[in-house]
Amino acid sequence: MKFGVIVFPGSNCDHDAFYAASQNLGQPTEYIWHDSRSLGSVDAVILPGGFAYGDYLRCGAIARFSPVMQAVQRFAAEGGLVLGICNGFQILVEAGLLPGALIRNRGLKFICRELRLGVTTSDSPFTCAMRQGQVLRLPIAHGEGCYFAEPRTLDELEAEDRVALRYLDNPNGSLRDIAGILNPGRNVMGMMPHPERAADPLMGSADGLGVFHSLMMAVAHPAPPAEAVRP
Amino acid sequence: MSTLSITPDLIAQHQLTAGEYRKIVAILGREPSYTELGIFSVMWSEHCSYKSSRLHLKKLPTRGKLVVQGPGENAGIIDIGGGYVIAFKIESHNHPSFIEPFQGAATGSGGILRDIFTMGARPIAVLDSLRFGRLDDPRTGARNRRILSGVVAGIAHYGNCFGVPTVGGECIFEPCYDGNPLVNVFALGICRKEDVFYAKAAGIGNPVIYVGARTGRDGIHGASMASAEFTEESKQKRPNVQVGDPFLEKLLLEACLEAMQTGAIVGIQDMGAAGLTCSTCEMGSRGEVGIEIELDKVPQRATGMTPYEIMLSESQERMLLVAASGREQEVYQVFRKWGLEAVEIGKVTGDGRLRVRHHGEVVAEIPNRELADEAPLYDRPHTAPPSAPLAPPADWIRPPIAAALPRLLAAPDICSKRWIWEQYDYQVRTNTIAGPARADAAILRIKETGGSIALSLDGNGRYSYLSPREGAQLAVAECCRNLSTVGAQPVAATNCLNFGNPERPEIMAQLVEAIEGMADACRFFDTPITGGNVSLYNETLGEGIYPTPVMGIVGLMKIAAPLTIPFANAGRAVVLLGGIGACDDLRFGSTEYAKEIAGSLWGLPPALDLDREKRVQEAMRQVAAEGLAESAHDLSDGGLAVALAECCFGSGRIGAQIDLDSDLRPEILLFHEGPSRILVSTSNPKAVLSIAEQHGAEAIVIGVTVENGLEVRQRGNTLGAWEIAALHPAYENALMG
Repeated sequence: MKFGVIVFPGSNCDHDAFYAASQNLGQPTEYIWHDSRSLGSVDAVILPGGFAYGDYLRCGAIARFSPVMQAVQRFAAEGGLVLGICNGFQILVEAGLLPGALIRNRGLKFICRELRLGVTTSDSPFTCAMRQGQVLRLPIAHGEGCYFAEPRTLDELEAEDRVALRYLDNPNGSLRDIAGILNPGRNVMGMMPHPERAADPLMGSADGLGVFHSLMMAVAHPAPPAEAVRP
Repeated sequence: MSTLSITPDLIAQHQLTAGEYRKIVAILGREPSYTELGIFSVMWSEHCSYKSSRLHLKKLPTRGKLVVQGPGENAGIIDIGGGYVIAFKIESHNHPSFIEPFQGAATGSGGILRDIFTMGARPIAVLDSLRFGRLDDPRTGARNRRILSGVVAGIAHYGNCFGVPTVGGECIFEPCYDGNPLVNVFALGICRKEDVFYAKAAGIGNPVIYVGARTGRDGIHGASMASAEFTEESKQKRPNVQVGDPFLEKLLLEACLEAMQTGAIVGIQDMGAAGLTCSTCEMGSRGEVGIEIELDKVPQRATGMTPYEIMLSESQERMLLVAASGREQEVYQVFRKWGLEAVEIGKVTGDGRLRVRHHGEVVAEIPNRELADEAPLYDRPHTAPPSAPLAPPADWIRPPIAAALPRLLAAPDICSKRWIWEQYDYQVRTNTIAGPARADAAILRIKETGGSIALSLDGNGRYSYLSPREGAQLAVAECCRNLSTVGAQPVAATNCLNFGNPERPEIMAQLVEAIEGMADACRFFDTPITGGNVSLYNETLGEGIYPTPVMGIVGLMKIAAPLTIPFANAGRAVVLLGGIGACDDLRFGSTEYAKEIAGSLWGLPPALDLDREKRVQEAMRQVAAEGLAESAHDLSDGGLAVALAECCFGSGRIGAQIDLDSDLRPEILLFHEGPSRILVSTSNPKAVLSIAEQHGAEAIVIGVTVENGLEVRQRGNTLGAWEIAALHPAYENALMG
């Protein structure tokens, strides 16, 4: 399968996502520059971590206006797989592809830490290679990762099984311990933890591979429309 | 030229002496203009010219078989094999960080990162060495907390956004840093051997191109500010501190590395201290050419700036480069892609002069070499070191001994610095095999070569205050030991010399002694110094800091799972490589026990025997290479008892049962800080002891790891028994709790 990694000015985990996809997984991977109007022929696109456009104004607020985001919107609308990691999650939220907001961490400080997460659903192309309830060790590294949304939105996310990952030791005050969520079509996921940093045991954990393996499995065996398989 | 008359007052305001002014007149053959006076004052400031230290810095070893570039460039470079080199250096930003902690520290990080990528190397690691006043001081504690918070947030902000991991460091608290915190930042980058760039202008007629941020009025005379003591008026110098934009620096990094690949760049230098002045005259001087620039072409963010202000501005995130004539467009194209301004502001000339025009009129014309390389050089008087060390106070033993360990673990110098390092992204670029506090040194994999490198920073102001020579040697030894403890071979060093006012003979003596001690130790360990930084005038209201030489040493090793600090399994032998060591009352006066429990400082630093240190380190490296150790941790602040406790802070389940066969007084036995000692847990003590013997290093089995608790006995008598669950929280939560 072919991965695309978007490079915004200020992205700084682009290399890491590229390395994980191309080296740890051995998949063809290419960078996509922020002023591209098309994503080319990728099977999945990753919006990497970093500080796109310096995160000035508000995290992701400027990046959403990049030309490439129109291509991402179209790709997502057509069912393309979109994974936003950390800053990428913030951008997806600003772009309206995912609900809610990511606000300053509860402690008001940047936190870099490896912590435990629970896989809340395996019913998604990003988590299908993992078990529901499986515990992952993944690192976080963010200053604005506190997931916030109206109670109605949170209820909806839960009712529709769209919370993909939850913190077992909530580091940032995220409502209902939410660390990763899906869009209604389940083809867009945003997550604050960094799976690309946990793609090699030498880095302390290889649990992040679960996300990538899920994507590869989903692309190799496309699932029927989500409604059809859910009870 | 400007007709503003140069008065003795004006000269003094520029911190130039009458003698220095005479030298300027002799070089120019006339009185300088106001702009020229400003240019000389920054280039000849202590910060830029090293005029007090240069004579002594020559004593440092700078060559070695791996050294590609020694001191004199933006960073030192060593060959790590496989066609790759690493560039690294440490820099201080002490004065700005006191005036404005957040921006002072942020721009300090920005400056050292530019020094690295200016050489064509992509930064892959940062470490920091920090010193603050005590946080629990009733008078200054609140301010010290504010400075600590600001400095850490500033380093975090800059490095995290730029995308470089901050993988380690150290942080110490002493009252002497109350009015003068130290912020030393080390950065390291990697590049292919043939892609190294130098800050050298060449090719008469080649364009001189300015890239990056616009020039504003910020930071004017920052270099001179860093070359003076602090007084009550220093607060008014806040505008001298620059404001950093890590996002812009990230773009500058990517654009510079990409532009370098075009082959159209001849030389490149960042604009750091003394901004446009320093970059133009140093590039010209190194290339033995002249540079002529027109200030009207310099992108400016303020209107009506004078030539003086433009030349002396220290606005951040700017670079100066010389391109091959006719290939400018290739360079412009790359910078345009990254949304950065790049404009030609002048040309390389053949006359060896820095010529500055403003509205076409020449406002400064100075021979480059004299300006950059013939700064005044002082052999400042230095007194002999004080002869008689202070005797211990009568009541330095404070029983009960078992209570001292938890207190020391919660002491600011020893306790967990998690509050600091969790604010740093220590993983970005996915090379961090061992980040902060996991092992005795930070370890990074080098994806490009399949090897890995280890990094350590160390300095101890208390040791250096009691004996600058021994203190510097101990810092070198400890850095090397940290590297050896994780199995790395130390190969090269950088230093940051933080001292007080060199015009005071007793301070100058500290500097000379420290440099000489460091030179001996670096020669001994074969870790040449490839560059560094000197920060003098670290004094506020006449109070000097402890002399604080900080070492940064780099080691090379094979790639492997890291040898970490905590005991991993119960039932393993605990081996003390290097043995219990010796220490008397006098040598105990510099320990954390003396500081925190006895509340005093006396005597001398721990005694260092270089030969013994080397043998222990060689043995350790072989133990690591043969995979015999399950954990390893060197003895440092707080001595044996603190090191043992730290080894128990992994899962919190594995402790140790220790029995020490020694005549030493229990307090000294548990808490002396004699160097050359490393704790190893192993399932094969026989092999470890045999390796130690082969290397002529002492090694003893002092106990065994157990399921819970730490108990230490001396010949069967219990000195202390502690629950890990009781020790660990004090250690974890002490810093800002």
